[in-house]
Amino acid sequence: MGILNRLDSRIEQFETGNLMITSVDKLLNYARLSSMWQMFFGLACCAIEMMATSASHYDLDRFGIIPRPSPRHCDIILISGTVTLKMASRIKRLYDQMPEPKYVLSMGSCSNCGGPYWEHGYHVLKGIDRIIPVDVYVPGCPPRPEALLEGLLKVQEKIRTQSIAKQIKKA
Amino acid sequence: MDINDVYNLLKKVFEDGIGELKTGIPVEDCIYVEAGKIEAVCFFLRDEERLQFDALMCLSGVDKDKTTLTTVYHLYSYALKHRLTIKVDVPKDNPVVQSVYQVWSTAEWHERESYDLLGIKYEGNPDLRRILLPEDWEGHPLLKDYKVQEFYNGMKVPY
Repeated sequence: MGILNRLDSRIEQFETGNLMITSVDKLLNYARLSSMWQMFFGLACCAIEMMATSASHYDLDRFGIIPRPSPRHCDIILISGTVTLKMASRIKRLYDQMPEPKYVLSMGSCSNCGGPYWEHGYHVLKGIDRIIPVDVYVPGCPPRPEALLEGLLKVQEKIRTQSIAKQIKKA
Repeated sequence: MDINDVYNLLKKVFEDGIGELKTGIPVEDCIYVEAGKIEAVCFFLRDEERLQFDALMCLSGVDKDKTTLTTVYHLYSYALKHRLTIKVDVPKDNPVVQSVYQVWSTAEWHERESYDLLGIKYEGNPDLRRILLPEDWEGHPLLKDYKVQEFYNGMKVPY
């Protein structure tokens, strides 16, 4: 039973085998982090690396990360490359169309801080965090697939610690 | 036909419309043409039997110096396998060049790019809008005296 191995020790299994008990948070987070659907969206050279990560050699699908063509289906958007000012308003719009809860992974130097365009790039947004909140930054120019995978695992880690119950309590 | 023959031929047909012939420069030899004559010259270059420049390989703009902008035309003849570079100088305070869209339709987008980044206006281009930058962009960024704007649509531009 793979599911029991991936949840933690707070699961109780009953002798009949058909019943188990866990917290709502654990179950929801398990479901959410195991199917982070990614926006079908690439920007520059980092996008090539992202495609390589998606393909059979690194196989993003094994983490449940598959590209979706509509922002309404997506949990995470990878900002994979140089964000021009012209593109920035489109990205903001795509991000706004994604349903909550949503995550942003900024991939590569350009998206983190403008990269090589930081000084003379009149047309480049110097960091995607100027328009949308970023959860994980992956450095590199472009980052290798291993680095991108590490970043995505960090997002999973973040999801694992989140709690719906606590949010309701605060409200 | 080498560039001297082309130059002499053009000079004979268009007289004052043709400026100087520049050779011995680090880049390709080129012929200067008046901004108001470029369309007629290009029609001639395309249709004359000995020239047959049927392809406009590239049309680009240059910020030449404090007072001048330049449009550069790189031509090639698939029929006769020869090439030619034409240049047009225009003053910065009134940068207007005739469009060569009617001669080679590929010029339409090239001229739009040159207009977008340098502000050279192409008279006769049917759709002279910005092509790369957003339509509400201010200024022409490849000009050497271009100042980066502080904000664009509420987004801070400098680092």
